[in-house]
Amino acid sequence: MQGHTPFDLTARTLSGCGLSAMMSRRGHSVNGEAIIRSIGLLRERGNGLGGGFAVYGCYPHYAEEFAFHLMYYTPRAQEETERYLDEHFELVHEEHIPTRPVEGVDPSTAPALRRYFLHPKPLKLAESMLPTAEDYVLRAVMEINVRLDGAYVFSSGKNMGAFKAVGSADQVGRFYRLEEYQGYIWIAHDRFPTNTPGWWGGAHPFTLLDFAVVHNGEISSYGINKRYLEQFGYQCTLRTDTEVMAYLLDLLLRRHQLPVDVACTVMAAPFWRDIDALAERDPEKAELYRALRMVYAGALVNGPFAIVFGHRRGMVGLNDRIKLRPLVAAEKDDWVLLSSEESGILEMCPDPDRIWAPRGGEPTIVELDADVFPAVPSAVTRADFGPLAPQETTR
Amino acid sequence: MTTTEQVEADQQAGVVIDAAGLHYRDLNRRVRELVAAGETALTLRNVRGQRYIGDGLTGKDVRITIHGVPGGDLAAFMDGPTLEVFGNGQDAACNTMNDGRVIIHGHAGDALGYGMRGGSLFVRGDAGYRVGIHMKAYKTQIPAVVIGGCVGDFFGEYMAGGMLVVLGLDRKPGQRLVGGYLASGIHGGEIFLRATPDALPRAPYLSSEPVSADGLKALTPRLRAFADAFRLDADELLAGPFTRLTPISHRPFAAKYAPA
Amino acid sequence: MSTSYIPPEFRWTNDTETCCRCKRCIKQCGWGALRWEHRVVADQQACVGCHRCEVFCPESCITVLPNPTFYRPNANWTLRHRKNVYRQAESGGVLLTGMGADQDFPVLFDSLFLDACQVTNPSIDPLREPMELRTYLGRKPEQVEVAVAADGRVSLKTPLAPNYQLAFPIIFSPMSYGSISLTAQKSLAMAAEALGILWNTGEGGLHEQVKPYAHCAVVQCASGRFGVNVEYLHAGAAVEIKIGQGAKPGIGGHLPGEKVTADVSTTRMIPLGSDAISPAPQHDIYSIEDLRQLIFALKEAVDYQKPVGVKIAAVHNVAAIASGIVRAGADYVYLDGVRGGTGAAPSVIRDNLGIPIELAIAAVDQRLREEGIRNQASLIAAGSIRSSADMAKAIALGADAVAIGTAALLSLGCTLCQKCYTGRCSWGITTQDPELTRRIDPVWGAERVANLVHAWAAELEEMLGAMGVNAVESLRGSRERLRAVGLDDRTLAILGVKPAGVGA
Ligand code: SF4
Ligand code: SF4
Ligand code: SF4
Repeated sequence: MQGHTPFDLTARTLSGCGLSAMMSRRGHSVNGEAIIRSIGLLRERGNGLGGGFAVYGCYPHYAEEFAFHLMYYTPRAQEETERYLDEHFELVHEEHIPTRPVEGVDPSTAPALRRYFLHPKPLKLAESMLPTAEDYVLRAVMEINVRLDGAYVFSSGKNMGAFKAVGSADQVGRFYRLEEYQGYIWIAHDRFPTNTPGWWGGAHPFTLLDFAVVHNGEISSYGINKRYLEQFGYQCTLRTDTEVMAYLLDLLLRRHQLPVDVACTVMAAPFWRDIDALAERDPEKAELYRALRMVYAGALVNGPFAIVFGHRRGMVGLNDRIKLRPLVAAEKDDWVLLSSEESGILEMCPDPDRIWAPRGGEPTIVELDADVFPAVPSAVTRADFGPLAPQETTR
Repeated sequence: MTTTEQVEADQQAGVVIDAAGLHYRDLNRRVRELVAAGETALTLRNVRGQRYIGDGLTGKDVRITIHGVPGGDLAAFMDGPTLEVFGNGQDAACNTMNDGRVIIHGHAGDALGYGMRGGSLFVRGDAGYRVGIHMKAYKTQIPAVVIGGCVGDFFGEYMAGGMLVVLGLDRKPGQRLVGGYLASGIHGGEIFLRATPDALPRAPYLSSEPVSADGLKALTPRLRAFADAFRLDADELLAGPFTRLTPISHRPFAAKYAPA
Repeated sequence: MSTSYIPPEFRWTNDTETCCRCKRCIKQCGWGALRWEHRVVADQQACVGCHRCEVFCPESCITVLPNPTFYRPNANWTLRHRKNVYRQAESGGVLLTGMGADQDFPVLFDSLFLDACQVTNPSIDPLREPMELRTYLGRKPEQVEVAVAADGRVSLKTPLAPNYQLAFPIIFSPMSYGSISLTAQKSLAMAAEALGILWNTGEGGLHEQVKPYAHCAVVQCASGRFGVNVEYLHAGAAVEIKIGQGAKPGIGGHLPGEKVTADVSTTRMIPLGSDAISPAPQHDIYSIEDLRQLIFALKEAVDYQKPVGVKIAAVHNVAAIASGIVRAGADYVYLDGVRGGTGAAPSVIRDNLGIPIELAIAAVDQRLREEGIRNQASLIAAGSIRSSADMAKAIALGADAVAIGTAALLSLGCTLCQKCYTGRCSWGITTQDPELTRRIDPVWGAERVANLVHAWAAELEEMLGAMGVNAVESLRGSRERLRAVGLDDRTLAILGVKPAGVGA
C-alpha cells in the first residue's frame, strides 16, 4: 500500500485501458477462457499495471448470500475485518480465493485474498433502521473500506464476483483461475494507469453490491460527481474515478429506482439543444429529459468514457455523449459482445451475426430474457434525438 | 354576537368553507379559486392559525368573513377585498397591503400593517409591538390603522405616510396607551392618540400638539368607519381628547452622514 | 466653501495651447468642478476624478492625475486614516462612500488556479463542440421518479418547482431605480432580455418604462417595501427577499429625499421628496421562522408560480444562516461578499464587515451538501466578480450562477470614482439629473452590457473546453479543478481545494 499523504483518500489514479464483455440473454454460462483471450488481445491498450474481471452466475451454491471478496494487506486488517463481519453478519461459508502463480503478477505486492458468503444478522439489520439488506451491506462495505486500514472489500454482490490484481488482464485471469468459473455475464478490463501505486484495489472492475463497472477513459467531471455522491453517503475511497461510476449506478438504479436507460440518460445526458428540439415533437418526453438534467446535474459524467456495467439482470455498454472513447458491439445468437476494438470481439466470437458501433451517449442495453429473469420494460432511446444511424456492418 | 347580528352574518355568508384541519395552502387555494370564479362572499369557519388568508387577493367587492383565529400575514399584499375576523388576529396582518379593509373583532399581534400602502385595518382590542412600521402613503392611497385598545413599543417606527390611531378603549389601570420608542425614524404621515399631549411621551423628532380642526377633519371619517364596524358611538369617540403627532423632518437622518 | 484641511485628491490640468475652448468639459462634469473664466478653470477640490471630461475633450488635452501632494509617509497613519479624521472633524458625520471596498483585501480568487487537460483526458474545442452554459435557478427535488407505461413509455412523475432558465450562469445584481438612473436600469433590463438572463429591480419598484422587461426581472422585496404590490410580484420572473448586502451587512438602504424625484416617487410609491429608508432588519423578520413566514407569504401571493429567493450578506456564520434559509423554503440563496458594491454605504461598514465571497460560497455549498439539501436551492455568488475567471472559480467552488453589478456599470462607462452617493454621476449612472441620465441611451447601453456578458460566456466556454467538460454543471462545485497557491491549511480546508503541486 502506498504511504498516506494528506490527500490519500481523495487522490485518484488516472488511466487509459481496454475492455471486453459478453453476455447470454438466455442465461447460458461459459467459462472464462474466451474473455481472457479477448482481453489478452487488447494488451496493447494496457500497461501491465492492472487487470480485472467480473463474472455473474459464478456462485450458484451460495446464490442467495452476499459474496464478499476481501484484500488484506496486514494480518491485523484481517483480524479487525473478521471481527466486524462476525458482529454484523451471519457467515455461511468462507475460504481463500484460489490462485496460481503466474508470470506478471508479483506475489510480493499481493494482499491476502479471502471470500465470505454471508447475510446481515436479522436483529442488527432491524436495529440499523435501514430499509433493505442491500443498504446494510453498502454501509458495511463503506465502513470497512474507509475505517479499517489495509482491508478492502472489492466485491459484495450475490452470485457474482470481481477478481482483480496488478498485472496484465489475461495474466490476472489466469492468476485467479477464471477458466474454472462459469458465468452468463463476463466483463474484463485491462488498465493503463498513468501512475504506479502498485495497489491492487485500483484495478477494475469496481463493484458495489451487484453492480460491476469497467471503464475506459477519464472522467473530467470527477470532482463534482464525487461531491454529489458524498451527499448520499458514498465515500470515494478507491482512488479512481471509475468508482464514482459504480456509486452513480447504485444511486440511480437501486436507490432512485430509475430504469436502466433513464439512468444512462442521466450519466450521458442529451444536449439542451436536442432537448429543445424534442420539445416541439414530444413535449412530455422533453420535460422528462429536462427534469433529469436539472435534478441530476451532479451525476452528469463528463469527459471521455466508455463503460460496461453489469448487474444481475444484464449488462450495459455506454459511451460519453460525444463519443470520445471507442466501443464496438456485436451479436451472435443469444450472446451480445462488447469490446474496445472489433478484434477483441472476434477473439470471443469469430463469426458474429452483426457488428455495430453504438452512438455517443446511446446505451447498449442487454437484459436476460423475461422468462429467464423478469425485466423492467424500458423505452428511452437515442431515437428520441433524430434518426438512429449506427455504423452498422452485418455479416 | 347578538342574534340579529348572527342572522345578518348568515345572510351575507355566501360560500361557507369549513377550515377545520385544512392546511393553509389548501384553504387559500380554494379561496383563490372561488374568487377567480367570481364568488364575492365567502365565510371561513373554524379557522385556527391558517396563515396568509387573503394574501395577494384582489377585488374590491370581495368580502371574506372569518370565524376563529387566522394565522400570520392575514391580508398580506392584499389589494381590495374586505376581511372581517370574528376572533383575534395574529402577527403581521396587512403586511404590505395595498388596498382593502381588515376588521378584527378581538386583539391582534405584532408587526401589523408593515409597509402598508393603502386601505384600513381596524382592531377592536389591543395590538402588540411594532404596529404600523414603514407605513406609507402614495397619491390618493392613504392607509389607516385604528387600534381600539392600546399598543406596544415601536409604534409607527419609520412611518413614512398614512394615519395611525390609538383609542385606548377599555384601558386597564396602569396600562399605557402606547409603548416606548414611539415613532422613531418617522418621516411622514400622522399619528392620532386619544390623550392629551402632556400625558404622552415626548421625542425630539416628533411634533405633538392637540388636534386641530383640520386634523379632526381627517380623522373623522376613519373614526366613523371604525365605530360603524364595531357598533360603537362615533361621537363619543370623536369627543377625544386627541393629540396629533407628526415628524419634525422628512429627512430624519440627513445630518448623520458626510462625504468620504 | 469653508476651508478644508484636506488637499484636493486630484489635479486637473489642460493644455491651454491645444484647448480649442469648446467648453465641452465644463458641460460634461456632473460635479460642477469646471468653470469658464476666459479659459477653463478647475475647482480642484470638487473634482472627483471621474474622467468624463477627459474622455469627451475633442482635443484630448485634459489630464486628471492624483494630486502629488505628499504627506510624510506613515505606514500606520496612512493618508486614508488622516484624511478621514480631518473629514470627520469637519463634519461630525458617518463617512459615506460608493461602490465596493477599494482596499487591498486579499482576493482569494487570485490565489486559485483552474485545471486544464493534457493527454490523460482531452480538452474539448469550444469552437467545434457543443458547450452548455444553461443554468436553472430554483429548487430541484432530490430525485426524479418516472412512470413506465405498459408500452414502455417513460414519463416524469415528480412535479418540478418553478425554475428560471438562464442562458448563462450570470445575472445582474439588484440596482434600484433611484440608486441608478432609469436609463442605466433600462440598459440592464434590455440586455437581460436579449441575453436570456435576469436583471433585478432592487428595492425601488418597477418603473413603467422597464415593465416590458419585468418577465426577466427579479423583483425585490426589501424592508422598505417600496413599490411592492401584487401586480409587481406577479410581473417578475422571481421574487427576492433582501436581507442584506455585502457592502453593508446589517445596514439599511437610504435614498435621500432630494433623490426622490417625481418619477422615483411614483415607482417607489412614496411621496415626493421624502426619504426612502430601508433599514437593516425587515421589521417583520426577527428570526428564521419569521423569514419562513415571509417567504411563504410571497409564495402564496404569486400562487407558487415563481421562485422566491433570499439575498444575504456573507457574514461569519453564513453557512448556518444559508442552511436555515434553505430550510425556510427559499428557492435560491444570493450570497454577497464583503467586496460587493453599493450606491451608498458608510465606508467603515463597507471596509470592515462581512467575509469574502470565495469562503462564503465554499462554506455554504459544503454545508448544504453535508445536510443533503443542496438540490433544494440554487446558490448565487456576488461581491466583486471582476472577470470570467472569477466567475469560473466561483462556480467551481459551488455557485450555480454569479451576479454582477459593478462590472455591468463599468460597461456603461463608470470609472469607479466612488461618488455614487452624491447623485451627480457624470456618466449618467447613479444620478437622477435628467441632464446627466440622458447620457445613456439604453439601446447603446444594453449592447455594451450584452457584449460584456457574451465575452465572459465565450471565455467560460474556453475554460470549460480546456478542462475537458462541455456543460457548466460539470464544473459547478468541482473543487477538484482548482488548486491554490499561498493559502494556509485552514483556508484550503474551508475552500475544499488542494494546494498546487498536489496531483489528482
Ligand atoms: S468630469 Fe470628472 S474628472 Fe473631469 S473635472 Fe469633473 S469630476 Fe473631475
Ligand atoms: S473640452 Fe478640451 S478643448 Fe474643450 S474646452 Fe475643455 S479642455 Fe478645452
Ligand atoms: S457610477 Fe458614476 S459616480 Fe458611481 S463610481 Fe461609477 S462613475 Fe463614479
